[in-house]
Amino acid sequence: MAQVTLRKIVKEYEGGVQAVKGIDLDIDDHEFVVLVGPSGCGKSTTLRMIAGLEEITSGDIAIGGSIVNDIPPRDRDIAMVFQNYALYPHMTVFENMAFGLTLRKFPKEEIKRRVDNAARILDIGTLLERKPKALSGGQRQRVAMGRAIVRDPKVFLFDEPLSNLDAKLRVQMRTEIKKVHQTVRTTTVYVTHDQVEAMTLADRVVVMNHGVIEQVGPPTELYHHPVTKFVAGFIGSPAMNFIPGRLVNGGAALNVVLPDGITLPVPAERAGRYAAHAGREILFGIRPEHLTEIRPNDHRPHLAAFEAAPEVVEPMGMETLLHFWMQGNEICARVDPATPAEPGVKQTLAADMSQMHLIDPQTEKVL
Amino acid sequence: MSGASFATGGATASATYQKVGSIRAERRRVLIGAYIALAVFVVFFLLPPVYMLITSLKSSAEIADLSGNPWIVTRPTLQNYWELLTEGNYLLHFRNSIIVTACVVAITMVISILAAFSLSRMRFWGSGVLATGVFLTYLVPETLLFIPLFQIIGGIGMYNNLWAMVLIYPTLTVPFCTWIMIGYFSSIPKELDEAALIDGANHFQMLWKIFIPVALPGILAATIFAFTVSWAQFLYPMAFLVSSEQMVLTTGIVSDLIRGDTFVWGKIMAGALMAALPPLLVYAFLMDYYIAGLTAGATKG
Ligand SMILES: Nc1ncnc2c1ncn2[C@@H]1O[C@H](COP(=O)(O)OP(=O)(O)O)[C@@H](O)[C@H]1O
Ligand SMILES: [Mg+2]
Repeated sequence: MAQVTLRKIVKEYEGGVQAVKGIDLDIDDHEFVVLVGPSGCGKSTTLRMIAGLEEITSGDIAIGGSIVNDIPPRDRDIAMVFQNYALYPHMTVFENMAFGLTLRKFPKEEIKRRVDNAARILDIGTLLERKPKALSGGQRQRVAMGRAIVRDPKVFLFDEPLSNLDAKLRVQMRTEIKKVHQTVRTTTVYVTHDQVEAMTLADRVVVMNHGVIEQVGPPTELYHHPVTKFVAGFIGSPAMNFIPGRLVNGGAALNVVLPDGITLPVPAERAGRYAAHAGREILFGIRPEHLTEIRPNDHRPHLAAFEAAPEVVEPMGMETLLHFWMQGNEICARVDPATPAEPGVKQTLAADMSQMHLIDPQTEKVL
Repeated sequence: MSGASFATGGATASATYQKVGSIRAERRRVLIGAYIALAVFVVFFLLPPVYMLITSLKSSAEIADLSGNPWIVTRPTLQNYWELLTEGNYLLHFRNSIIVTACVVAITMVISILAAFSLSRMRFWGSGVLATGVFLTYLVPETLLFIPLFQIIGGIGMYNNLWAMVLIYPTLTVPFCTWIMIGYFSSIPKELDEAALIDGANHFQMLWKIFIPVALPGILAATIFAFTVSWAQFLYPMAFLVSSEQMVLTTGIVSDLIRGDTFVWGKIMAGALMAALPPLLVYAFLMDYYIAGLTAGATKG
């Protein structure tokens, strides 16, 4: 068990592609950190540098306090689970899990004890004599995790371990991974492009984009207080709505004026924060779950009503999604399924302005 | 009740649809076609060996007798085989062929596996050019190469020396074996070797315990190729070996059993047939193993 520290990590592939552009990250002992971001943003590269599978162009990586820049993977005391599982096809499940321990010359009884223990945690005790080909996707995934657990390494590294599973199994294995982490408490770095996976698993989420870290924080903090437009749009599903507008000083209060002349008052406690931007073009950001129907006896403060005609109505069961367009900007609202909604018929919606975000369109920073 | 209504539905359905063609008849036609094509193939390729076998069982007198049907043996004899195995240098040539082939296959596989692994896995300066270069050397015909090679072999004093073959056959086998293994190795996910490295293996352990077992089907295909090329090589031993006791089977049969314009046909055929046995055995053995490797674990459990 150990901390992992990244200092100004840069990775430049031959050909001059900078996959990672100077990353700083401190991961605590026992912590479960998820690197999340769109495909190609440099997550895998970062993870592979921690593993020692990829040389770092510049910067320092420390595991457990000592710098490992020039240490080969086998001496870093880490374990990795790959997207395609990478089980050794010519070995049985037992041999797969025992391989690392055999190489390290562990005594036979100790190997057996550890494999049996991991098999019990992962519920694969009956599969130990099988070859990987005779396993289902979920079982292979478990064996791959077992191979990591038996080693009792300082750090677990996961690279999109659930991407090859079907949706149902993915949810199930997600819970499984969390359970395993709560049992063994090994420091974990987990890479995924799926923000739901990131939110559900992580102690802290690291959002990456184009080779840089956009924001690091616990899931709820990223959800409520994104610092960039990218994070605001990436975390949460359906994604946050962004509507270009203008911040106008309306005398008593600041107002957000949207296309079609819709005017929404900014809560008074935010006035100080936004005052300097009055009169400027801004991007107004609000999540679909904060655009709702008007509820009877609704005591949420700072509700602002406006009229809109949905063009598409999507009943999801527990909620209904309304899609409408505001001068070319698609906007999504989440309403109670009991709300009457007809495509093309105007209805009144409420924006919960206490949950609004304003973004500077030039810097794309959240104000 | 529901069962009854179901049956009615079925009857209506079968009455509505008309039968258009039949899958079974179609399959029969395809099968018959396949058998005819295979029969032609088999006859075409098996006639020469059968003719060899027939001739090898004849005495020289019977071969020389032009009045009979050449496809019929009237008095079969194993005399040709017996004489080959008891007199002359045939057994020596056989031994030489085995020595040369075994050494060449071993050398080829060591060099090609390492070369193919580095070229398919490690990216280094010039690796792409090198991979193409390996294949291009294979395209240079041996009939062009043997003249400069003659100079080299002569220069290092290995003319008329069996071991010169061990030295020069790999120039034929290594490029092609490397080339086909680069292709096969590239199809093996690199995460497999990475997992081994992370699990604590050094590069040699990773290669020996993980990569080679997984790549075995590709490696065996290359082995079969190297074996075939070494066993059947004719031009180089013809050019570089002159005394009978240094010769391998291919040239030994020709030089010992053809005296001027006298062809000892019976023995030539017997010798050639026996020379064809080892490749048959190797194919049979490796093919079984090859297929076993491909399907291992697929059916178990
Ligand atoms: N071996 C490589 N050589 C050159 N470029 C690479 C290599 N591996 C990845 N890249 C590039 O680096 C960037 C980041 O890749 P990666 O870390 O795999 O992204 P992801 O976040 O999807 O895991 C991508 O633009 C990719 O094309
Ligand atoms: Mg990736």
